[in-house]
Amino acid sequence: MAAITSPAMAPAVAVSRVSKTFDSAAGRVDALANVDLEVGRGEFVSLIGPSGCGKSTLLRLIGNLLEPSAGSIRVNGKTAHQARLDREYGMVFQQATLFEWRSVLHNVELPLEVMGREKADREATAKQMLDLVQLSEFGGHYPYQLSGGMQQRVAIARALSFQPSILLMDEPFGALDEMTRERMQAEVLRIWSKTGTTVVFVTHSIPEAVFLSRRVVVMSPRPGRIASIVDVDLPQPRSDETRESPRFYEKMTEVREALRGVGAA
Amino acid sequence: MIEAAAALGRSGGVRTPIRRYVPAALIFLGGLLLWELAVRVFDIREFLLPRPTQIAAAFVDKFSVVAPAGWLTMRKAMLGFAIGATAGVLVALLTSRWRLVSDAMMPFAIAVNSTPIIALAPIMNNWFPITSIWPGATVVALVVFFPVMINMVRGLREVDPGFLELMESYGATPRDLQGKVRIPNSLPYVFGAFKVGTTLSVIAAIVSEYFGGTRTNLGVYISQQAALFHFSEAWAAILVASFSGIVLYLVIVTVERLVIPWHASMRATEQT
Repeated sequence: MAAITSPAMAPAVAVSRVSKTFDSAAGRVDALANVDLEVGRGEFVSLIGPSGCGKSTLLRLIGNLLEPSAGSIRVNGKTAHQARLDREYGMVFQQATLFEWRSVLHNVELPLEVMGREKADREATAKQMLDLVQLSEFGGHYPYQLSGGMQQRVAIARALSFQPSILLMDEPFGALDEMTRERMQAEVLRIWSKTGTTVVFVTHSIPEAVFLSRRVVVMSPRPGRIASIVDVDLPQPRSDETRESPRFYEKMTEVREALRGVGAA
Repeated sequence: MIEAAAALGRSGGVRTPIRRYVPAALIFLGGLLLWELAVRVFDIREFLLPRPTQIAAAFVDKFSVVAPAGWLTMRKAMLGFAIGATAGVLVALLTSRWRLVSDAMMPFAIAVNSTPIIALAPIMNNWFPITSIWPGATVVALVVFFPVMINMVRGLREVDPGFLELMESYGATPRDLQGKVRIPNSLPYVFGAFKVGTTLSVIAAIVSEYFGGTRTNLGVYISQQAALFHFSEAWAAILVASFSGIVLYLVIVTVERLVIPWHASMRATEQT
């Protein structure tokens, strides 16, 4: 038993019996009730569900941007709080939230700056990250000079710059058009296979969840909880052919039916 | 790489200087011409409105008086602006460290900001030697201080919550947050206030001079010449005053371009 609880063996994310309630002027809102979830190291898991199902709340709890009202969250065998202080998380939101006063390269350097790395080291790492998202020529540009898709790639480069063990992504491609979105998905998978980072990905797009994930966690609203988990055993690496395969459609149907069961689709 | 091309296209498209400035210059010259003609055609008396050519003649004739007078007034405006702006920035930075302090202070600051501080000018003439630069500079400093302070506090606070979450996820300290997020975020607000401040500072300097002072400065000169029915001379001095205001404004705009080239207001002229 001791071996299982040691940090080296612990799952990337272990959420157990977590509830979250918000007190607001409008009254109490049960955002999450009794959620259990385990994410293995290097796994790609998506959270999907109708709005109000608490998927973003769950992501923010894992990332320690919120504290649970009940239950516990362990990340790589530590508390979520400790994991945040140890810089285990890279975060990407729906908005790229690039700092408009910093060039693309300096945006990618920002987390490294906060972490007190040397300038030369920062610059070299940031350049590597821009290579990874195929934006090496744009280091000197300002965010406003980039398209939405490029901005989101910079945000991903920034999140990966300090090699966090877990990437938390909250509808990162929600604001992009369908074509850009599919290209970005392929890109994320490419980066994922290269870096071996654990990814927890919030989305409300069924094809996106199925294409990207090893498992799709279907959530239901009021109060937010996990309704079912769909295993997506499509072969890796995934490509445009994956999207056209019959198995892909079967899996999409499976997720869609699970969502229908929770009163969504 | 279609995306790349589109992105580059967006930053391009700068209009040529000729197409940008010629229309404005034409409107300016046309306005002067209309003014000149209107005064002649309707036979408007000089004490109501002198012709531009009369004003220009008076400007050339009295240059050796209005230029030093303008310089004195401008020094007053610049000194007051420097003091007011620096104090505004410092107070905003200090109080932002203690939210409670700035919360308690803001309503008063906003109230004072909406009162005509210029009304203090006669009092400042009593506080400081009336012939010195200080009564005017103090009024200017007060007039500039409040908008700068209020806008900087606003800029330090109105930060995209996403930035704060990101910084939190990096385990950033409050000091990182201040230096890397809040202060840069406040710069566009501060420069907006500086720009308003330059205009206010020349107004405040001249109005404070209307209340007296023995040395030849613009306010004294304008009120004396008007009292003597030398309206072209008064207008020539007003010309110098507006020139001072424009120069100060352009200085701030130039600094702004250097300091915050990334800001949307700096790009507006680039877009077609």
